[in-house]
Amino acid sequence: MIGARVPMAEIEPGCHFQSGCGFPAPDASIFEIEPYFGQITKPVVLLLLGSVLIMAFFLAAFGKPKLIPGKLQSVGEMGYLFIRDGISREVIGKDGDRFVPLLFTIFFFVWIGNLWGIIPGAQFPVNSRFAFPVGLAIMVWCIYMYLGVRHQGPIKFFTNMMFPPGMPKPIYVILAPIELISNVIVRPVTLAIRLFANMFAGHLLLTVFTVAAFYLASPNIIGILGSATSFVMTVIMTAFEALIQALQAYIFTLLTAVYIAGSLHAEH
Amino acid sequence: MLDLLAEVSISGSLGSIGYGLAAIGPGIGIGIIFGNGVQAIARQPEAYGVIRQNMLLGFALAEALALLGFVAPFVFGA
Repeated sequence: MIGARVPMAEIEPGCHFQSGCGFPAPDASIFEIEPYFGQITKPVVLLLLGSVLIMAFFLAAFGKPKLIPGKLQSVGEMGYLFIRDGISREVIGKDGDRFVPLLFTIFFFVWIGNLWGIIPGAQFPVNSRFAFPVGLAIMVWCIYMYLGVRHQGPIKFFTNMMFPPGMPKPIYVILAPIELISNVIVRPVTLAIRLFANMFAGHLLLTVFTVAAFYLASPNIIGILGSATSFVMTVIMTAFEALIQALQAYIFTLLTAVYIAGSLHAEH
Repeated sequence: MLDLLAEVSISGSLGSIGYGLAAIGPGIGIGIIFGNGVQAIARQPEAYGVIRQNMLLGFALAEALALLGFVAPFVFGA
């Protein structure tokens, strides 16, 4: 898409600056990885490994809970209290405590999926494949639609959604369809795209700087300076990516809580 | 004028131009959100938790627009 470029798959080992070789800009093809066997691809393996790691960690932390928590249990409790007090009770309220396990699972599942992007050896954010965020978003959509119908009644749920109180009457002609579309379609779509695009863009950015550090490494002043700068940028961007990954997991959980809260109590 | 415009051929990626345009609005929006958020925290440090949460919520909603612009060239461009 961006002008003439060498596809990622065709980079020569000696492709450097001023050796008659154009910059091999990475594109979306870096996300298409050959499956190991059958349908088992790298993201699937990382996802399963991540799930096992989370389970192992929290089994170790909470398997034999003690009144005076040990090191591991303290860390686990910090995570739990962060979700319960920081997200669930702030957004849903006291009756949101029954959703804490769901929010807790979503947060750590999304986070470990993102975190694979900067873990050496893995270096592939699972959520940069669109199917994974879409699956999560569909699950969240089903939950908040079900809760809305269950707690407000099927007709009341949709009328509450479409007619938020306190507007002049004629406004509802425009507002009602917009609210319906925004609640039923735009919410899950943006939920999936936000997570996917952040991970996609972050991974692409890291790849651009890594490839640039390799490409610019050549025996002249521009090459040396450029290569060093790109390498330093790779390190800085990795740190930045770590922040974004945690933030996106937090935002995904927060929005899930907000949608659940909106289904439990109609806006007043 | 139109003939002149038609003769200028633009080569390169329209997607990157589209992303640049898509980033203007959310850029301004995110600036306003965090600017006002920091101001609110400075005025009322004890409400830090609530302000930060709403700040991040607003940030996520505004940012989604820029990300749509980022994804669109990959989806429709190929």
